[in-house]
Amino acid sequence: MADQIYNAIFIGSIYALFALGFTLVFSVLDILNLAHPALFTLGAFTALFAMQQGVPAALAVVVAFVVCGIAGVALDRVAFAPLRARGAPPLSAMISSIGVALIITRLIQFAYGPDFQSYPAGSLPAAVYSLAGVELDTLRSVIIACAIGLMLALTYLVRRTRLGRELRALAENPRAARLLGIDVDRAIAATFFLSAGLGGVAGVLYGFATNSPFSQMGLAFELKAFAVMIVGGMGSIPGAVLGAYLLAFGEIASLAVLPSELRDAFAYGLLFIVLLVRPAGVLGRRPPDRV
Amino acid sequence: MDDIGAFLVAYQTTIGTIGINALLALSVWLTLYTGQLTLGNAAFAGIAAYSSALLTLKAGLPFPLALAAGAMLAAAVSVPLGATVFRLRGVYLAIATLAFGEVVRVAILAIPITGRGQGLVGIPPKTELWHVFASLVVIAYVCARLRSSSVGRAWAAIREDEVAAASQGIPVRRYQLVAFVLGALIAGWAGGLAAHFDYAIQPDEFGFARAVQILVFAVVGGIPNVFGPILGALLFTALPAILQPLQEYRDIFQGAILVLVIVFLPRGLVTVFELRRTARLRTMGAEDVA
Repeated sequence: MADQIYNAIFIGSIYALFALGFTLVFSVLDILNLAHPALFTLGAFTALFAMQQGVPAALAVVVAFVVCGIAGVALDRVAFAPLRARGAPPLSAMISSIGVALIITRLIQFAYGPDFQSYPAGSLPAAVYSLAGVELDTLRSVIIACAIGLMLALTYLVRRTRLGRELRALAENPRAARLLGIDVDRAIAATFFLSAGLGGVAGVLYGFATNSPFSQMGLAFELKAFAVMIVGGMGSIPGAVLGAYLLAFGEIASLAVLPSELRDAFAYGLLFIVLLVRPAGVLGRRPPDRV
Repeated sequence: MDDIGAFLVAYQTTIGTIGINALLALSVWLTLYTGQLTLGNAAFAGIAAYSSALLTLKAGLPFPLALAAGAMLAAAVSVPLGATVFRLRGVYLAIATLAFGEVVRVAILAIPITGRGQGLVGIPPKTELWHVFASLVVIAYVCARLRSSSVGRAWAAIREDEVAAASQGIPVRRYQLVAFVLGALIAGWAGGLAAHFDYAIQPDEFGFARAVQILVFAVVGGIPNVFGPILGALLFTALPAILQPLQEYRDIFQGAILVLVIVFLPRGLVTVFELRRTARLRTMGAEDVA
């Protein structure tokens, strides 16, 4: 029982990190960035590459954050900026992000092939400690702490800093933001850097926990992230965190009554019901576009 | 003549898949033309593929009847689904239909008669190339006629401005639902054809990746008319076959084409032909004046 709760907290933290990056771009720019799973995978492989060169695991996470962040900014310049300049509908941006996702995934396969990889032996903590009579592994505890720290940092950044205010202004009304003297291009670049960086770190941390990164590892998270965002409320940061843990605990609980192959049905069933009953989600502030 | 015959035999799978993909692209084109993005058509194809294959395989029903039954079942499922999800708009509608698709996929995995994860094998290969292309011609013709009928004009009006369309007395939800159900019917027909073309079907063939692929065909080809989705399906199905020697770079080509088309040809590949025609008209006009 305690073991399952620990597991739910772990997987919920990964869902949350993944969905935060996704939701950040959506809330600021109304774009569903379908290259986000590819950036998740890129994070796991960047860390793998760094660690094979002898970089310690903790530093490899930072390297992955920066590399993925830069990749995210490049993604925006190539696939989204030209569309934004012409005022194209969000569908166009979604399609062009699929194109970039294909390219990133293939480049990873060029380097490492389609099979499961593993991090250099001995590079990850393997210790186990016990807390109140429950055996817990250090690795996943560190991952959970790291994920929660990033969530708090992002919340602080969006709520309390100048950049956060600019992002919120941009989300509210891009034209007005520009008129008020906000450097919109810089704010958008920051959005993509943070979003992709968080996605990349989520990939590294999940890769560490499973120790089997592979080129398609992001795909399963893409659909789960939709569920997380809808349940929590599209574009809401606390909503994404809440939705992530709700989903993770719900999935683990559903295993008690459902056969394991139906585990995924829980996420999509939940998603579907929330959309029909309360499309704005638990914490969503904006109702969906309606006539 | 023999050359053509040999070509058809050698590339039968690719050619058939082009036709089936074109049908699927047309099925999603209908809802795109009304201005809404739905991602449920892969699931409709899956419902029909499994039900029609089970009907021929286990119940011994004749192929045409099984095909029709599968397509009708997909359409029947789409009516209550459409009636509930068309309250949503934009990305919410897309995600709702996507969730429906995943529920269908998981349901297929859970029902024992479908063969679950291993898939359904030994389906009688009844689909001939001419079945696929006769269907494509008929369905494309019907879609083109619909587009230029009063229904098509209502769809276009809804796409351009829903409020204005409603204020002109167009029952918006009903017209959107018609497009959605027709799309499900076409996707179902295509799914049935696909099931009897391949001997075997698997749940993953009708999942998220497939739904996105179908959308890509339609959007890259272009939404303005029915040739767009067909062109998109042709390009993205033939390309992997043509690029066989460069298989390693295939995804990179496809990804690059996707980005380039969206960036430089916003209304899709079909607009290349439109531009040329407009250019010709301009020269003609100039000559006429002179």
